[in-house]
Amino acid sequence: MVTTLPSVDVVTVGVGWTGGIVAAECSKAGLKVVGLERGQKRGTEDYLNVHDEYRYAIRYDIMQNLSKETVSFRNNSKMRALPMRQLGSFLLGEGLGGSGTHWNGMSYRFLPYDFQIKTLTDERYGPNKLDPDYLLQDWALTYDQLEPYFDKFEKTAGISGEDKNPFAGKRANPFPTPPMKMTPMLEQFEKAAKNLKLSPYMVPSANVSEVYKNPDGETINACQYCGFCERFGCEYGAKSSAEITVVPTALKTGNFDLRFNSNVVEILKQGNKVTGVKYIDTISGEEFIQPANVVVLTSYVFNNAKLLMISNIGQPYDPTTGKGTLGRNYCYQILPGAAGFFDEQYNTFMGAGSLGMTVDDYNGDNFDHSELDFIHGGNIALTQTGTRPIGSNPTPPDTPTWGPEFKKQSIHYYTRSFGIGAQGASMPHKENYMSLDTVYKDAYGLPLMQLTYNFTDQDRALHKFISARAADIMKEMGAKTIVPSAEITDYNIVPYQTTHNTGGTVMSSTPENGVVNNYLQHWDVENLFAVSAGNFAHNSGYNPTGTLGALAYRCAEGIINYSKSGGSLV
Amino acid sequence: MSTENNVSRRDFLKTTGIAAGTLVGGGLIGGLVGYNMNGKGTATLDHGNGTTNEATGSPKAKMFFMNERDFSVLSNATERIFPEDDLGPGAIGLDVPYFIDHQLAGQYGSNSKEYMHGPFAEGAPTQGYQSRLTRAEIFKQGVQKIEAEAQNRFKKGFSDLEGKQMDEILTAFQKGEIQMSGVTSAFFFILLRAATLEGAYADPMYGGNRNMDGWRMKGFPGHQMTYATQIEDAKFQKIEPNPLGNH
Repeated sequence: MVTTLPSVDVVTVGVGWTGGIVAAECSKAGLKVVGLERGQKRGTEDYLNVHDEYRYAIRYDIMQNLSKETVSFRNNSKMRALPMRQLGSFLLGEGLGGSGTHWNGMSYRFLPYDFQIKTLTDERYGPNKLDPDYLLQDWALTYDQLEPYFDKFEKTAGISGEDKNPFAGKRANPFPTPPMKMTPMLEQFEKAAKNLKLSPYMVPSANVSEVYKNPDGETINACQYCGFCERFGCEYGAKSSAEITVVPTALKTGNFDLRFNSNVVEILKQGNKVTGVKYIDTISGEEFIQPANVVVLTSYVFNNAKLLMISNIGQPYDPTTGKGTLGRNYCYQILPGAAGFFDEQYNTFMGAGSLGMTVDDYNGDNFDHSELDFIHGGNIALTQTGTRPIGSNPTPPDTPTWGPEFKKQSIHYYTRSFGIGAQGASMPHKENYMSLDTVYKDAYGLPLMQLTYNFTDQDRALHKFISARAADIMKEMGAKTIVPSAEITDYNIVPYQTTHNTGGTVMSSTPENGVVNNYLQHWDVENLFAVSAGNFAHNSGYNPTGTLGALAYRCAEGIINYSKSGGSLV
Repeated sequence: MSTENNVSRRDFLKTTGIAAGTLVGGGLIGGLVGYNMNGKGTATLDHGNGTTNEATGSPKAKMFFMNERDFSVLSNATERIFPEDDLGPGAIGLDVPYFIDHQLAGQYGSNSKEYMHGPFAEGAPTQGYQSRLTRAEIFKQGVQKIEAEAQNRFKKGFSDLEGKQMDEILTAFQKGEIQMSGVTSAFFFILLRAATLEGAYADPMYGGNRNMDGWRMKGFPGHQMTYATQIEDAKFQKIEPNPLGNH
C-alpha cells in the first residue's frame, strides 16, 4: 500500500549542506519544497554532551548506521567485493546536517587550475603528461564563473579567513569574518614556512572567529577552541552547518516541509521526466510517493549515484568499454605528511577543527611538474584540532605498540608531537569507479553501492613527493625526530583517512562526458538535479565543502530558473 | 549531581544565553574559567547517601563475563598492554577490565551498528573486518584461547604466569600465530589493545579511567568548555581534568 501525497514544486533527497542550500534558496523564491531526510532531527541543543571522545569519535554516534546500509569494496575488478562492515576509511553522515554536522569546518575554494585541469596540463606539459588511462577532464565551469557562488556560500557560513594566499583565485569580497586565533604551534609553522620561502596563510574556517549574522539573518556564534569539532556537532552553534544556517532560513519562509526518518528508495520517472520519489517512513514502515515538479538529489556521493542506478536513469560506466558516465571518475584523496617529535610541551588538546596554517606552494600547478611523474599536489598544513587521548598515542619509531615502553612514550609525546599533513589531489582512473553490488543488499532490499578503487602510480608519486616537503617544514620547525609518512601501496578501507569521496555523477560541458550539466541538471532528464561532491571530475588538494557549497548555490539558481522557463539550462 | 558545582552545565548555558544563540563579545569567558576551576572529578565527590562513588560511579560487577577465571585473564592481559608504572595506574587500576566487560554487554559487543549480513567470505586485508562473529563472541573465544595457550605452553593458568610468559603469549596472538575460529588471533589482539586504550582514556562515566587518572597521566583536561583565553599562550597549561558527569 503506497500513499501518494499532494505534489510540490521541489523535493530534495537528503538535508545536509546541499539539501539545505537548495531548500533555502528555492523556498525564499516562493517554491514549495519538501526535504526528505532519512535520519533524525537534531540541532545545537543535542550537542551539549559532545565532549565525549568515546561515544562520538570512537563509536561514531552521529554517523551512518551501517547495519542498515553500507558500501561494498574491492581494490580491482578481479577481486570479490565485500561489505565495509564497520566505519573506517571515511565517515558517512546521517541525520539533519549530514556529514556537514561532523565536519572540521575547513572551507577552501578549489584553485582556478582545478576547473580547467585538462586544458592547462596539456598546455604546459603537452598531451602525454599522464597515461591515457587517467580520465582527466575540465569541469563545466571556470573558477571565475563559480566565484559569485563561492562568495555566497562563504557569506552564508560566515567563513573566517585571510586573503594572503598568492595562488588563490581572485575574490570579489574579503572573508566575512577575520581569521582564527594564532597559537604557538601555528606561529612556529608560519616562521618555518617563510624561512623556506613558502607562503603560509590561515586555513579558511567555518569555526567562526566572532559572532556573525549572515545575510539570511541567522546567527553563528564565536568559536571557543574547545577542541571537539571533528566527528562532533558543535555545542555552541559556532561551527557553521546546515542546521544553524540554511535549514532555519528555509523553515522561516513557510514554504519548506522537512520530514525525518524518510528514506528515499526510488526516483520515479515517466517518459523523459521524473515525477517524484518513493520513500519509506523508517519508523512506521509505510511507503509514500512524493510527486514533485523537480527532484533534487542532495545526499552524499554514494547515495546520489546509487539512486540514479537503481532507478535506471543514465548510463552506468563500464570500465571495459569506457562507455557510460554514471559511476565514473570516483576519486578519493591521499594523505602525505610528516610527524614531528619535540622536547617542548604544547597545548595540543586545545584547538578547533579548522584552526591551522597552510601553504599552497605545492598544490595544483603552483610548481613545475616538468621533471616530476605526477600532476597536481596538495595543501600542506599544520592544524591544531584538539588532540584526544584515546585516538592519539604518538610514539617515536621503533617503540613497541603496547607494554611499558609504549605507555611511557605515548604519554610523554601526547603533548610533545604533532603532524604536518597534506591533502593530496586524486586523479580519476578508468579502473576506479562505482557500480551496484550484485550480492549484498541494504535494509530496504536494494543493492549496496560497490566501490572498485585503488591508489594509482600518480597517487604514489605525489604522496612521496609531498611527504618529503612536509618533512622539510617539520625540520625547519625544529622537531627532534621527524617521521615522513611511509610510501603508500594499495588503498585499504580500514584506517580512517578522509571523508572526501568524490565523483560518480560528474558535471560536464557535454552529455558524453558526464551526468549533469553546469547547473547540476541531469543531461537526460531536465527536471532532475544531482548536487554533491559526486559532481567533481577529479578531487583537488583541499577539503571539498567550500566548492560543494558553491555548486549547491549554482544548482539552486538552476532549479529556480528551470521552474520559470523549463527546458535545458545550457 | 555535584553539590560543589552549584550551577549545572545546562543551567549555565541557559543563563549565559549561549544555547539560545545570543552570545556576544567576551562576557562569557570569565565565567567559564571560574566554572572550570571548580570542576572536580566525580570520583572524589560524596553523594550524601552513604555510598561512595566507588560503588555508584564505577560499579564493580560483571555484566558480560560469567566466571572469575575469564575475567582475570582479561584483566591481566590488559595490564600487560597498559601496565602500572611510576607515571600511575595500569589497566587494572583504571578499571579497564570493567569498562570492557560493560562494553561487551552492550551495543559494542553485539555489533548493532555494523553490517553483519552474509554471505561471509575471507577478504583481502584491505577489505577489513569480515567475521560473522560479534565482538562479544570474539572476546569470549579469545580470552579462553589465551588461557588454553597458557596451559599448553606453561602448564599453568594465564593469571599465574610471570609477566614475560604472558607477553610471549600475547605476542603470539598479535602475530596471528594462534588458531581461532571465525577470526584471526591478530584481529582479536587489535580489538583487545584498542579496548584497553579506550578504557584507560574514555570518560569515567563508562566505568574505566578511574578517578580520571588516565587523563591526568596524559595531561588531557577532559571536558572543558573553552580554551579561548588560553589558546594563544606559549606556556603549557596544566589543567585539572573535568568529567562530563559534572554537568
